[in-house]
Amino acid sequence: MELILDILSWACLMGGSAFALTGAVGVVRLPDVFTRMHGAGIVDTMGVGLIFLGLMIQAGLTLVTVKLGLIIAFILFTSPTATHALARAVINAGVQPLLDVDPDDETPEGDESSKT
Amino acid sequence: MVHSVSLGLVMFVLWLLLSGHYTAFVMGLGVASVVLVVVVARRMDVIDHEGHPIHLSWRSIRYWPWLIREIVKANWDVAKVIVQARMPISPSILCVEGTQKSELGNVIYANSITLTPGTVTISLEDGEFLVHALTAEAAAGIASGEMDLRVTDMENAKAGEDDPK
Repeated sequence: MELILDILSWACLMGGSAFALTGAVGVVRLPDVFTRMHGAGIVDTMGVGLIFLGLMIQAGLTLVTVKLGLIIAFILFTSPTATHALARAVINAGVQPLLDVDPDDETPEGDESSKT
Repeated sequence: MVHSVSLGLVMFVLWLLLSGHYTAFVMGLGVASVVLVVVVARRMDVIDHEGHPIHLSWRSIRYWPWLIREIVKANWDVAKVIVQARMPISPSILCVEGTQKSELGNVIYANSITLTPGTVTISLEDGEFLVHALTAEAAAGIASGEMDLRVTDMENAKAGEDDPK
């Protein structure tokens, strides 16, 4: 039982690290601010989520697990807010996003999907 | 009043879980802190349905698992895009309308969009969302409006839930 839990938690830790690394690679490789935010989003959700899940399995049914769960919950609430603030700041600074399709903000979503 | 009591209870449970010391003296200090915070929050008039949305807590139990599944799927897709040598991205900005009635519902929808990698809410004004999407699939996912429907469902359950319980 102990062994199964260890394997499970290590799988989570390794998976989380892999996702965090992928997110970091994305931040470097992606071309502009807006696309880079998507890379950072991976670290915020899957990276943190899986690493903390692995740690929770290690801690077992203790108060530590509850605290780890609370940290995940707080990150899930605060990280989109931070991302949103960043996006707003970038837009206000006058940075134009790199776009593949027409940068026409007024097009309804139906138009968008017909282009893809 | 309901909100104040519920806020106090939630804070005290949180305090118990975080402290881990269950002697009378330490718990007394905890109760005192909770009462102080609730009194201050009441004076500041910040305890309302937005600051402490108890009406959503039961309905959100159904929404969270779905959202987490979506986050995992989206993570996988974006990670795959990033590690490919030629990075097949097609960034786009699209404008969608939220069908939520309250601002709180709008904010939940906007944050859910941002939480799923591949899509970020840039601005939210009067129920109009400006969304930046990394790939065409991510954009199509938002345009399909499934998340919008689920958030609206959760929000609307408020009225329906008060009846049976």
